Amino acid sequence: MSEQLSSAPDISRTVKKWLKKRGSLIMALHEIQNTFGYVPRSVSLQLAHLMDVPLARIYEVLTFYNYFRLDPPGKNTISVCMGTACYLKGAPKLVEAFAEELGVQEGETTPDGQFFLQSVRCVGCCGLAPVVVVNGTVMSKVDVSQVKEIIASCMQKEEV
Amino acid sequence: MPKLTLDDLNPMQIEAQKALNRENWIRVGCSTCGLAAGAEGVYQTLKEELAERKLDIEVRRTGCNGMCHAEPLVEINVSGVPRTMYGNLKPEYVKDLLNTHLKKEKIAKQWKVDGVEALGQDDCGKPSASKQVRIVLCNCGIVDPTNIDDYIARCGYQGLKRALQEYGSEGVIEQLKLSGLRGRGGGGYPTHLKWEFVRREKSAEKYMICNGDEGDPGAYMDRSVLEGDPHAVVEGMIIAGYAIGATMGYFYIRAEYPLAVERIENAIRQARRLGLLGKNILGTDFSYDLEVRLGAGAFVCGEETALMSSVEGRRGYPWPRPPFPAQKGLWGNPSNINNVETLANVPAIMRNGGKWFAQFGTEESKGTKVFAVTGNVRKAGLIEIPMGTTLNTIVYDICGGPALGSNEVKAVQTGGPSGGVIPARFFETHVSYESLLRLGSIMGSGGLIVMDEQDSMVEIAKFYLGFCVEESCGKCAPCRIGGRQMLMLLNRISKGEGTTADIDALKRISHAMQKASLCGLGQTAPNPVLSTLRYFENEYTALLKDGAQAAGAR
Repeated sequence: MSEQLSSAPDISRTVKKWLKKRGSLIMALHEIQNTFGYVPRSVSLQLAHLMDVPLARIYEVLTFYNYFRLDPPGKNTISVCMGTACYLKGAPKLVEAFAEELGVQEGETTPDGQFFLQSVRCVGCCGLAPVVVVNGTVMSKVDVSQVKEIIASCMQKEEV
Repeated sequence: MPKLTLDDLNPMQIEAQKALNRENWIRVGCSTCGLAAGAEGVYQTLKEELAERKLDIEVRRTGCNGMCHAEPLVEINVSGVPRTMYGNLKPEYVKDLLNTHLKKEKIAKQWKVDGVEALGQDDCGKPSASKQVRIVLCNCGIVDPTNIDDYIARCGYQGLKRALQEYGSEGVIEQLKLSGLRGRGGGGYPTHLKWEFVRREKSAEKYMICNGDEGDPGAYMDRSVLEGDPHAVVEGMIIAGYAIGATMGYFYIRAEYPLAVERIENAIRQARRLGLLGKNILGTDFSYDLEVRLGAGAFVCGEETALMSSVEGRRGYPWPRPPFPAQKGLWGNPSNINNVETLANVPAIMRNGGKWFAQFGTEESKGTKVFAVTGNVRKAGLIEIPMGTTLNTIVYDICGGPALGSNEVKAVQTGGPSGGVIPARFFETHVSYESLLRLGSIMGSGGLIVMDEQDSMVEIAKFYLGFCVEESCGKCAPCRIGGRQMLMLLNRISKGEGTTADIDALKRISHAMQKASLCGLGQTAPNPVLSTLRYFENEYTALLKDGAQAAGAR
């Protein structure tokens, strides 16, 4: 455990900000996920130590909420909205198309670590359904025919 | 910046109005929906074009005025041409648009859409040609949500002033009672009662919480208000805190709404800087502060006891009531939770008085309601209507009926995973908490999904039930086990392997879940199944193995 502690990145600022506030564990975990893209076990260990909470308490929270991730995400994240409006306007077909094109199932990362595909709860753009969120940018009224193009544009940015 | 006192607010409003009501300006809708449709590119191109033309016209980023179907939206007000709203723009259209509107001083008809007059936004609560009345959305699309001065120019914080100066905490609740405001999160519980319960409790610590965990997968009213007019919700939270005697308030907002979180955090900072939050608010002896807590993707956290568990930094498990949150809520202290839209109504009620608000709506359901109308409809978007408006008016008059080239409207779904469907033959129904309940649905938080002949009711029921099964926290057996069993039955039916006995089983389990579940999630999860069965059982029986028989027997 001590080895993991020493090699872990510095999270003292996050801890300092939230330590004295009541019920702030979820907020601290949000900050950590925003920094690392997921919540690494080494950081959880460190957080448990610094905030003086059992590791089990941290994992209890991490595993309850859909938003927290325990594994590193792919370089590109493709999130297909599965809200009601998107669902009715063909979101399941979009998930299928992305899954086929990338060769992964929903909730998986491609073996080369390039793409993470997930379906997400309503992102609140129902007027523009179906929507896909590509690396944080919301794309509106997406059609199955655009799937290849979206993947290609992510690859291109990679090269630049 | 020195802290404001009660007397400083009016002079500040006059100054702010000068800035907001400048002669020449352009507004660009830059909420999540606008940005998704490309508003940022349009905004940048506008700035560049105006700089090139050396024109002194202010370009302002605003929230969403609700016309999501026509995003990105740009409104232009320059002398010589009537104030006009344009929609469906792209950066490459900007040059032509400005040539027509600014140079030729003509309206560019190809992009013109309904303007703010049509939406009734010019004056809070003014009826409009589009049959909408805007109280909650009155500022969305008009003010720059990142600038407190804009909000102050639109009478912002005047409700708080009146509450502190004139009403006192009891008087605030009296005004709420006169207004008839009821919870807009879906429950419809009278707001003044909730506040009164907490006000009466004696405790050194009391908490006020804003429920911004908009979990209904098909609704985004709260997101639009938080993004487009954050100060209205902040002001509502301050007035609520004052009335119930809270020491601290929390915004609980979904992490999936980063822009809403950013805007609220910014609004809190600005309010604190001016002395509208913190110690001795507006020079009075009332002290109170606000903080933001993020949700993390759990639908059950929309339920108030589960939400409080989450604010405390724990798993979002609900707890049995009593004790009610009004007695023992956050950290065991008296607490009150209101939904975003409920709170956004409060400033206008305090500013104009409870009686003013009670003029809108029906006998039992007062005021307006915001709906996110989506699905198979021509003008999808956010609308705000007085309670008592018919579904026909909403679907056909305001939202333009079914989308071009599609089928007849079959039904609408309201209330999301806790609600039900209403067939088209009931569209003359006047919308109110009671009327929707009688039809087997609920008002809900405001999601309204229009479905056509192609949408299968069995699939819809499966979609919502699947959502609730995934989101069940697993604490109580009726919800955890009942939901899963129902989903298995539905899957069997939709594959064509079901029998009439399965339909009976669905109904039986539904009733058990409604009666025995611990919290609202489990109690309402069967609603979409029961309501589709009530009106569209034929769609179920058509899929049954012994379906023809069953239909014949009837």
